[in-house]
Amino acid sequence: MNHTDQAFQEILKTSPYKPMKAKVVRAHKYTEHEKFFRIELDGKKELGHAPGQFVQVSLFGQGEAPISICSSPTQKGSFDLTVRRIPGGVMTPAIHALEAGSVLGIRGPFGNAFPLDKMHGNNILIVAGGLGIVPLRSLINYILDKRKDFGEVQILLGCKTPKDMLFGDEVAQWQKRADIKFNCTVDKADPDWKGNVGLITSLIPGVTLSPKQTYAVVVGPPIMYKFVIGELLKKGIPEHQIVVSLERKMKCGLGKCGHCQIRSVYVCQCGPVFTFEQLKEMEGECHEGECHVKA
Amino acid sequence: MKYAVIDKGELGRWFDSLKEKGKIYGPKKKENAFVFRQVKEFEEMSLLYTPTILPPKKYYFPQKEFLFKFKIDPFSTGKAIKEFEEFILFGVHTCDIAGIQCMDVVFNEKPADPNYLNRKEKMTIIGIECMDYCDKYASCAAVGTHVYKGGYDIMLTDIGDSYAMHINSEKGENLVAGKKYIREMTEADREKFNKAFEEKLKKFHNEFEGELKEVDESFDKGFSSPVWKDVGDRCVGCTNCTAVCPTCYCFDVVDEVSLNLNDGSRYRVWNYCQMDDFAKVATGEDFRQGRDARQRHRYFRKFKYSVQKYNKYFCTGCGRCTRTCMAKISLVETVNSLLAERRGK
Repeated sequence: MNHTDQAFQEILKTSPYKPMKAKVVRAHKYTEHEKFFRIELDGKKELGHAPGQFVQVSLFGQGEAPISICSSPTQKGSFDLTVRRIPGGVMTPAIHALEAGSVLGIRGPFGNAFPLDKMHGNNILIVAGGLGIVPLRSLINYILDKRKDFGEVQILLGCKTPKDMLFGDEVAQWQKRADIKFNCTVDKADPDWKGNVGLITSLIPGVTLSPKQTYAVVVGPPIMYKFVIGELLKKGIPEHQIVVSLERKMKCGLGKCGHCQIRSVYVCQCGPVFTFEQLKEMEGECHEGECHVKA
Repeated sequence: MKYAVIDKGELGRWFDSLKEKGKIYGPKKKENAFVFRQVKEFEEMSLLYTPTILPPKKYYFPQKEFLFKFKIDPFSTGKAIKEFEEFILFGVHTCDIAGIQCMDVVFNEKPADPNYLNRKEKMTIIGIECMDYCDKYASCAAVGTHVYKGGYDIMLTDIGDSYAMHINSEKGENLVAGKKYIREMTEADREKFNKAFEEKLKKFHNEFEGELKEVDESFDKGFSSPVWKDVGDRCVGCTNCTAVCPTCYCFDVVDEVSLNLNDGSRYRVWNYCQMDDFAKVATGEDFRQGRDARQRHRYFRKFKYSVQKYNKYFCTGCGRCTRTCMAKISLVETVNSLLAERRGK
């Protein structure tokens, strides 16, 4: 870098560690543990994110936590986060204490995004397990807003129990739409549940999308990847068209602090979205579930 | 750029002339070891020293670096970038200069790091060449840092009764300009200089039992090696190796709140991949379990990942990790074990 040029002088003057001021405009609990927040940046500035990216939520005195953005960039003037409260944690209980009107800091957006350019014109299979629906809601709502840009769309959603389901109001809408297929399953039903019971993998054999023209986007706990990716490969979906998002301890978001590293890859900059083809190259440093496929 | 010569008897005088440029930090004896400290008088320094406990990293990447001030209510943030002062690092070994070159690459990579870049702008480096091994732990010849390869403003080389000065930047030129006691290098000086270098090279040998190319291959094939289990079994997880490494730059970001519970500052502090919670996320998932995996990660960050990412070895051969290890884990032995294993196959 030329140290006299203007770009360099600009870098010297600003800090990527300084969060932007933001405000919670809506907050409500979806489940016992998960809370939804709609957030506006100061001056209603656009966050300018793409589906699959994350922000660092900054609460002064507590610290920062990396949180997936769960709204589509087609939603203007605000963005959404959904956070699971971890008992005994520092940041998630502090975030859960925020209500409409609360002020917080935001850094980002960080990370790459789902490969929309490549996905355009193709069929899309979305496989969401547990909290995986959070970043995927951003993608789903984006696809629904730009429906004609994509081929057939099928969504598979898995939750532990019906009570754990997030975005229930929107899920009900997705179920009704004629231009997408939607299937849901729970590990354990309750008396009112009328849908499928069983693991999310049980829904994959029923998928009828033509595999070579399909991008499968899978987000869920590490152990889910092992089984779901195996099923997708059996379907004949190519490795470079199986897309996942990885959870790691992103701290700085700038590809420096080292916490999110997998082999030579900094997940906060090069990820969190990877194809299965890329995951295989990181073998050994990935979580067992992420790159060891159960065929 | 060019070479000059200063008599040893004049070095103190030159040192005094540097004081007006800013604070000077150099190697000083502390009990049975050496440390970089602020030096006010030339005599305080020990220019013949084994690598300091901590590398001079603490001056350009401080253990605790202020990022910005904040107020919780009403939400506000203060000025993020402070004015940094000019300073001089005096008597830096070539291994530690190699460490600075590694850090340069990391913090210049986009998104560039303004804290590091600002400090680096204010830093002047005066190196000193080692003419012999500092001790048995160094492995600088294996990674080629026993000879200088840029990254300094002036390099001093002991050529008997005087020092050769390699002036490598405009900053360096300004430090010698107009000093009558610093002379151009004569033919006789150059002969002494070349001779000293020849003699020096005779003393250094590759500490690894194989060339770097082979080391590279042994890391390619060595991810699942039993070597890591052995190292992991011995490691006590004290994090000393990562704390003293001139190319370790992992950090954490922490807040400190003042007594009124409303004003505070955000800092970044050194953090170590050898800590058991380093890759653990809030839900409890630990993405790098076990000391074997964590030690392997440290080695791979020096010999493989940095090569893939920055085309550079991040081991400077300074020997600090070996010198400081409570479990006597030796970098040279670990690398040699990997090499032996590769050959055995």
